[in-house]
This record gives sequence, C-alpha cells and structure tokens, in this order.
Amino acid sequence: MTEAGGKASINPWVPSAGPRTAHHRSRSDNRPAARLSPFVPWEDPTAEPFIRIENLSKTFDGFAAVDGVSLDIFQGELFAILGGSGCGKSTLLRLLAGFETPTAGEVVIDGANMAGRPPYERPTNMMFQSYAVFPHYTVADNVAYGLRKEGLGKTEIKERVTELLELVQMQDFARRKPRQLSGGQQQRVALARALAKRPKVLLLDEPLAALDRNLRERTQFELMNIQDRLGITFIVVTHDQEEAMTLATRIAVMDAGRFVQIGTPTEIYEYPNSRFVADFFGAINLFEGRADAGDPGRIICAETGVPIHAEPTAGQALPDLLFVAVRPEKIRLSREAPAGEGVTVMHGTVEDLAYYGNHSVYRVRTDQGKLVQVSSQNAHRSAELALEWDEPIHLSWPRDCSVVLTQ
Amino acid sequence: MTARLRRVRVSPGAKLGRKSPAQRKAAALRRPERLWRRTVAGVPYLWLLVFFLAPFAIVMRISFADPLIGQPPFTPLYDETQGIQLTADNYRFLTEDDLYWVSYLKSLRIAGVATLLCLLIGYPMAYGIARARTVWRNVLLLLVILPFWTSFLLRVYAWMGMLSGQGVVNKALLALGLVDQPVQILYTDLAVYLGIVYTYLPFMILPLYATLERLDDDLLDAAADLGGRPRQAFLDITLPLSVPGVVAGSMLVFIPALGEFVIPSLLGGLDTLMIGRTLYDEFFVNRDWPLASAVASVLVLILVVPIVIFQRFSQPDRETVR
Repeated sequence: MTEAGGKASINPWVPSAGPRTAHHRSRSDNRPAARLSPFVPWEDPTAEPFIRIENLSKTFDGFAAVDGVSLDIFQGELFAILGGSGCGKSTLLRLLAGFETPTAGEVVIDGANMAGRPPYERPTNMMFQSYAVFPHYTVADNVAYGLRKEGLGKTEIKERVTELLELVQMQDFARRKPRQLSGGQQQRVALARALAKRPKVLLLDEPLAALDRNLRERTQFELMNIQDRLGITFIVVTHDQEEAMTLATRIAVMDAGRFVQIGTPTEIYEYPNSRFVADFFGAINLFEGRADAGDPGRIICAETGVPIHAEPTAGQALPDLLFVAVRPEKIRLSREAPAGEGVTVMHGTVEDLAYYGNHSVYRVRTDQGKLVQVSSQNAHRSAELALEWDEPIHLSWPRDCSVVLTQ
Repeated sequence: MTARLRRVRVSPGAKLGRKSPAQRKAAALRRPERLWRRTVAGVPYLWLLVFFLAPFAIVMRISFADPLIGQPPFTPLYDETQGIQLTADNYRFLTEDDLYWVSYLKSLRIAGVATLLCLLIGYPMAYGIARARTVWRNVLLLLVILPFWTSFLLRVYAWMGMLSGQGVVNKALLALGLVDQPVQILYTDLAVYLGIVYTYLPFMILPLYATLERLDDDLLDAAADLGGRPRQAFLDITLPLSVPGVVAGSMLVFIPALGEFVIPSLLGGLDTLMIGRTLYDEFFVNRDWPLASAVASVLVLILVVPIVIFQRFSQPDRETVR
C-alpha cells in the first residue's frame, strides 16, 4: 500500500486509496481509517526520501535568509514550513521552485539534483500567495498555460482543463476573466493551474492567508482532499500554526533561516523542544526554575513556591536555568486539594474568566503572584465547577504534562 | 444602560422621518462639499471650453469664410444684414491642389515611422529601467527626462550643428574612413527622423515604464514555473500586459509628431513637406487664413481618429493591468 520511495506510476487523477495519516479524518474512500497502516515513512529508516534538502543556504547581501537547512520529505506528504514573517520560509520555497539559486547546498527531488535547473525545467509547480493568475487570460487559458508550454495536443489540453476545473469546482467559470472572480475563486484557478502539469511536488505559499475565516476552513479541507486524491507531495509555507497543524503530516518550525523543530503536529504541540516553539503553538504557561540536584524530576521554582514535578528526557542535560511548560488544557481546577504521586499542586484565586461556549479560559493568580492560564472543556451544559471571580482554587497537573525546556 | 435609554429616545423621531441632529449636520456639510467637488471637476472643463473648444470653433468658422485683403484677412464671420455665410471653397481647394494631400501623407508617414522607431528603441529602454535595481531606477529615469531641462529649440539647433557638413557626425565618419567626403544628412528626411525620434523618445519611454514597472513579478515567476522560458514568458505575459503603455506612448509620440513644424523646417529639406510647414506657409506667407484654417481643421479630424482608438484600447485594459 505504501508507495513512499517508488515513482508515481498510478494515474494521479484516479481517486487513490493512497496512504494517509491519522491526522486526516476526511477520506475519499469509505474504508475505516483504523484498517489502514499509518502513513509514517519518516519513522522508517529504510524509506527513501522523495525530496532531499541538504545544507541549503541563501544569502542576500550578507544576510542569510536560509541558513544551512537540511530536511527529508517523503512522497505523499503534506509538509508544512511554519514561521513568522522574515524567517526565511518563503525564500526556502522559492529555492525549491528554482526562482532563487542557492548560495550553498542542494535540493534533490525524486533522485534528480535540481542544481542549475531553472524553474521551467523542474518537476515542481507553485501556487503563489498573490495567486498570480494571468489577468489577460480566461480561467480556462490560465489552467491550460502550462499544458500548452508542454506541447500537448488541443483535445488533450481541453480534456485536462475540464477535469481540473471540475476538481476545483470552477467549471462554470471557464470563460471568465480573473477580474470577474472573487479572491476565493481566483485561488481555485491558481490551484488548478498549478496542478495541471501533474507536478511531483506542489509548493503552496500561504495558500489560505487571503481568505476569510469561513472560506479558509472549507478550502483547508478541500486542499487536504485534493492532496489525498492526487497523492502529490505538498509543501505548504504558512505563518498560521493552526493551519499547519490541521493540514500537515509534519511541520518544520523555522526561525531566523533555520529549522527549530521538525515533527508531527502532535509532537510539536505536546513536546516542543524550545520556548520559541512552545510559544508559537498556542497558549502555554512557562515556569522558570532549576532542577533539584538530588531528584531531576523535581524542578525548584521560585515563582511558584512549590516544586514542579516533571519527567526530563533521559540524558537531557539540565542547566542551572530551565523552563517548565504546561499547556492550559492540561491543568485541572478543583476546590479540594488533589493528592497523588507526581502531581504538581498550586493554590490561587480566579482573576479572570472567559466563556467561549465549547470551552472556558481561566486566569488564576497563584498565592505567589504568578498568573497561570487554564482552559477547560465545557463538556456539560452546566459546568461541574461554576467558578466565580476571586474564588480560591487549586491547580494541578500530572508529571507527564510538564515539558522541560532547556532553551 | 444609558446607551439603551438614549436609543429609545431617538427612535420615535427617526420613525417619523425627522432627521437626527447628526444627520442634519452631515447634510449641511454635504451641500458646500458637493459644490466644491463640482467646482474642482468643472475648472478643467471650463478651461478646455474657453481655450480649446471656443478657439477651435472660431477656426472652423474661418475655414468656411472667404479670404480678403484687409484686417482681418477674411470675410466677416457674422454679417448683420446677410447673417452667417458659409463657403466650402477652401475644402474644395484642398482636394484640388496636390500639395495638401502630399503633405498630409508625408506627415502621416514620418509620424508613423518615427513612432515605430521610438517604440523599438523605447521599449527595451523602458524594460531595462523597470527591471533595474531600485537605486538605479530613479537615476535612469532622470537621465530620460534630463533633455527637457534644455530648450527644445536649442537642442534642435545643436542637431543642425552636429549633422552639418563640418559637424561631428561627418567628421567621425571621415575619421573612421567610412566615407571619402562629407555626406548630406542635414536637410534630408533622415535628419527629420533623427530629430523627431530624439525629441519624442521620452514620451514613449515614460508611459511604457509606468506599465512595465507595475507588472507583478509573480506573474513572470508563475509563467516560468509553468514551463515558460524567459522569451516565451515575455511574449505571453509582459508584452500583452504592456499594450496600454505601448498605445499611450505611441499616441504621445504620433500626435505631436504629425503636426510637427519646427523639426521639419530646421532639419528637413525642401521636399520634407510636412503639414505643419504647409500650414505655417498658408498662414504667414500666403496670409490665406480661411484656407489655413481648413488645413488645420482637417488635421484635427485626422488626429481625432487615433485618439478614439486610443480611448477604446486604454479603458477596458486599465483594470486588467492591475
């Protein structure tokens, strides 16, 4: 079933029962997800990467936009490169597309070294953030452009354009000019155009950034669906962590031209390797402390007064200054002090609470003055704990929810 | 609480169609504002009416009058006893004498060829400037505009000096051994082409630069990404999207070149019969104002055609470029 490493011999337009991860719940076939072997080629040491990026650097006037980046991406992955503005993620994408020539390092796609290959000779296609739909061409001509450059026959081009426009549900707009389309429709045209040449790799630069919230969510699922059906390897560049988490099989978090962490959405969310990553992905509580010399599982924390129970990774060097990160949803609120082995307990008062419908967010000031954010699901119509402002309360979380960060 | 009360108090008045104080204030502000806006838009139209349409109407009227030896040199435009008298004699004469249609055709040819030359020279220049680094762009643009800092007449005189028998051009040709004796360049059509192309080139470059500079780089990247080699991408994307600039530049060169008078009279030979010179001779040498007016009116009509084409081209495309 897994086709990682092999060449795409199947017709990409036929809906494939391709490999898919547990992250993708919407499936094109009706088979239960549980019966499929999980799609985790990066865990298989024998799997051949489809895209190999090695020590890639790009320097502009002495400034390293991409600074010695290495990465393996496997066939069929939907890989997200995540980072703030100016972190080098767009430059990296442009290096892959061939719009920029690397200062050092190399890119290998499906066994072929891309060095010296201009964009028009690469097996990649790109969907631009600005969509870059040709304004003087009709929708159909836009989609047909790449096929015409490839020198395909008229009837074949026509067939493919029709298929592609159906794929993105734009078949009724074939004769329109881009200026007669909305932003979301232009984006669909851009997607169809980028898919037209059946690239081995589709590069997407902030694909959802210009869409409004409702359209974003719909398009997000459609993108996943299309990727699932065509089995093309997608590389998405985004600054939106939520987008990266929902879309991607794996994420590389980028900062200052380097990868800070590469992993599955779960790994990155639950096991961030640095304060930067922890902070980038949603809300988090950070406690400053140092490890107890006798018991590395106890972090002495001046801010909280009580030691925090944690499970440092075996072999993790613990410097004098370290941080414990705890996600708000991992913390339990209770009126009675909870007891238990390895449970960190703090006491404080509710300073602020916000009701979001599906969950509530509480800001609790501990007795030592540290503000801790807690969120809890509103699983029942009336919350078990109807907390009020200024109410004294206990905070607690088990040891395995503490993430020890050394940087 | 207070907000809710206030809302209740206002709403009955609003229901009865009475204007709230805020609405009244807005309406009071709007009236002079609208007047101001009309004035601002109206002034240029008034200017055109007084200084273009009215004089043109007078010229048209004179073209239907008879010449007269006197002051003014034509029959009265309006006679109290006989009313308005019109004669088409001048227009008839335009068709009878070869001189006129020959000069019209010659003007059209010189203006057309000069426009084409300007386009061929100006397009690569504008493209180069638009593709240059930002720091260089302003310098290059300044260099394009720089000749305007010197009087136009002075520059044409400079060309006379350069193109004459003892001018730098001939000296250079002799020094290079390309010719044995000075060639006649001044007072030929070649000199007229040189003068017109030199003078009007900036008018071609500037609008071309404006459209090319606005061209989204992503479009070219997209074309390359989809398999378009640089030359194909240029033909598929850059060229069609710069058509509005090509049209605007061509009009800016063609229209003034067609009626050009100074360049053909200073650089051209006796056979360089451009309509501007014929017009000048008719007015100031023959003092036949009605006939000269007829020549001028026909010239305006010839110019209206390309302007209409220009309007057709530029309006729907303006949106497309953005």
